Amino acid sequence: MPPPILTIRNLTTVFPDENGGLRALRDVSFDVHPREFICVLGPSGSGKTTLLRIVAGLLQPTSGQVTFARKQQPRIGMVFQQANLMPWRTVLQNIMLPLEIRGDGDHDAHKKAREMIELVGLQGFENSLPRDLSGGMAQRVAIARALIHDPDLLLLDEPFGSLDALTRERMWTELSRIWQARQKTVLMVTHSISESLFLADRVLVLTQRPGTIKMDLNVDLPRPRRDEMRYTAHFGKLARKLKEAIE
Amino acid sequence: MFCLPPSPFGRGNQKDMTKRFLPVFLSTLAFLFGWHVFTRYSGIPNFILPSPLSVWARFLKAISDGSLQYHTWITLTEILLGLLAGVTFATVLGYLLAKSRALEKVLSPYLVASQAIPVIAIAPLLVIWLGDGILSKVVICALIVFFPVLVNTVVGVRAVPAALYDLMRSLHASRAQILWKVEVPASLPVFLGGLRIGATLSVIGAIVGELVDAEEGLGFLLQVGDFQYDTPMVFVAVFTLIALALALYGFVRALEVRLLKWQDKT
Repeated sequence: MPPPILTIRNLTTVFPDENGGLRALRDVSFDVHPREFICVLGPSGSGKTTLLRIVAGLLQPTSGQVTFARKQQPRIGMVFQQANLMPWRTVLQNIMLPLEIRGDGDHDAHKKAREMIELVGLQGFENSLPRDLSGGMAQRVAIARALIHDPDLLLLDEPFGSLDALTRERMWTELSRIWQARQKTVLMVTHSISESLFLADRVLVLTQRPGTIKMDLNVDLPRPRRDEMRYTAHFGKLARKLKEAIE
Repeated sequence: MFCLPPSPFGRGNQKDMTKRFLPVFLSTLAFLFGWHVFTRYSGIPNFILPSPLSVWARFLKAISDGSLQYHTWITLTEILLGLLAGVTFATVLGYLLAKSRALEKVLSPYLVASQAIPVIAIAPLLVIWLGDGILSKVVICALIVFFPVLVNTVVGVRAVPAALYDLMRSLHASRAQILWKVEVPASLPVFLGGLRIGATLSVIGAIVGELVDAEEGLGFLLQVGDFQYDTPMVFVAVFTLIALALALYGFVRALEVRLLKWQDKT
């Protein structure tokens, strides 16, 4: 196995409040290897999002380290619970944002953005505004935006939580396909057992607050993953394991 | 007539324009006709209530001797400079207040107190200090514009979604990039709402200043007309002021329609 690109050691986070601080994470440690798809699974209030925000550099942990293997400042692509698009920008302009921030050439940015639009299947919507997109389409734009600057690490914070069940399941297949096409390292937070099993190579189960890793499950389902797989006995066995770990 | 939401079919729709302006046009016509009939048969003398026709005649005279253009230009200059100064200060200070709770705590009592004093009450002071020239009017105008723009800037900047800051920070965006790519466009709708109020108030500011003491401007024209029992002249000045206020309001509305196309159609 190649050396990890991200090591997380003894992460502990306490949010100050009136009664001695809210403990969100306790002593969380794990490694992330290149091209791995890791899901962090846990009930609400287990500090999943806190963990993701620390990795993204949006939050300082109370103690512990997050170390990236190669660079001091890794490129991060992030997808949030809501699509979080800029309503004044068109689909194309939203997708180009990370390149604009890096100051990349305009021509190149357009070309890359069009590639991304093709990747997420939004041809014909380049010049649409976010107000005219459905929830699923908006989240596709968010995924394209998170990938365009070729990030070292893709962070997904319950990206499909606000979608209806059917759209969500369609997005799993999409994300699985995109992940295989782009060969990215992914750290995704979710509270859905099927979602984590369908997508991940590894599932980390966090306990109730303060969140700590209770299980590190290797998902040995073959790829590419298909919808039928969710109805097999092996999938059911893994799902039960996770369910028991959560409870 | 300017407060209608932008048409979903965009500009230049002929039928739409007719629909919008026909009622205004007809009601104006009816008003003028009623006014005319009233002055003609009520026996009220012209220096108390002039007929619309005598106002029109006075208007043509003021245009032909160039006095109306001259005084309108002076007032417009005061308004535009006052707007520029007021909006600039209000925007900068509003942004700082929105970003710093500490600064807000220190300054907000003063800002609220300053609003308790009507500008009309301090206008004579400002004229004493700054002279009866254009400067005192610009300052009065700026003061009256300041508050609504300030409040809306604070509200607009505070309403920028936290998630967009997270997005920008996850991409290692600079302060300047966050300002121009997120804060400015996101707060623009609320800011322009404040500007719209400020633009109409600015006309009041300039006139208040001119009425205190001035040698030129529409307020001066108004006063001269008043002293000389030239009531049609007073009406001409008042209608010119109305036209100025409407034009400014319409300009900001047009700006809103143009810049906020991305907003939800409501």
